[in-house]
Amino acid sequence: MSSKPSAKPAVSRPLSPFMLGQYYRFQISSLLSITHRITGVGLAIGTIFIAVWVMSAAAGPAPYGQFAWFAHTPIGLLLLLGWSWALFFHFCNGIRHLVWDVGYAFDKKSVDAGGWIVVVASVVLTAIVWAIAYLVPATA
Amino acid sequence: MKNLRSPLSEARGLGSAKDGVHHWWVQRLTALALIPLSLWFVFSIARYHLADYSTMIAWLHNPYAAVALVLYFIALFYHSMLGVQVVIEDYVATEWLKIGSIVLMKFVHFALGAASVFAVLKVAFGA
Repeated sequence: MSSKPSAKPAVSRPLSPFMLGQYYRFQISSLLSITHRITGVGLAIGTIFIAVWVMSAAAGPAPYGQFAWFAHTPIGLLLLLGWSWALFFHFCNGIRHLVWDVGYAFDKKSVDAGGWIVVVASVVLTAIVWAIAYLVPATA
Repeated sequence: MKNLRSPLSEARGLGSAKDGVHHWWVQRLTALALIPLSLWFVFSIARYHLADYSTMIAWLHNPYAAVALVLYFIALFYHSMLGVQVVIEDYVATEWLKIGSIVLMKFVHFALGAASVFAVLKVAFGA
């Protein structure tokens, strides 16, 4: 007889503890794994703002002005900063995953080194894009 | 070798649909497409100061930018949809809630994707 997988088990057995917290020694790979998911979900929510942004451009100068105004409020800038870092983190760690997918850099040393490279690269790329936005004059 | 198929699977008599890795594979393909597209997107926003309306409209009138943006939106919304689906499948245990939230999430992704592409084309084809 089979039972539905979602049904409550007859015996409650101990569960494997969560990868982060007091049970395991800290590892960069587990932290980045969950960060990849969290930034992924954050970026998925961010697509709502991207859609509203381009639709406001199609709607005309007044709606676009409202969106641009909101983007430049402290909350808007904080969201943009978070979005840009989340994107660059997911971008860099995603490339790390693609490298693994083709079979490279799977040994413990490379996995750890790659993790730290991703952390540094995501911060550097975020700094570069904000420096361009605020320090380089726009060219048409 | 012992038959590993379940009795129900035996009774149904259906074979593999041969699409077992499709979700995984498309997630990688869209990821690959997003490497150049997302870099171009973020740096364009910063470089051209797109907060200004007339700059934004001029940017969307550029056919290269408009086509790249449409490609970016297709890859982005598809990739996002596949990723959120895996997260829901992993964390939502109740069957009806899992299926329901995946269907709703997919509808929202298609709606946002269609609206984004339409908005770009409307400006691109406009005067």
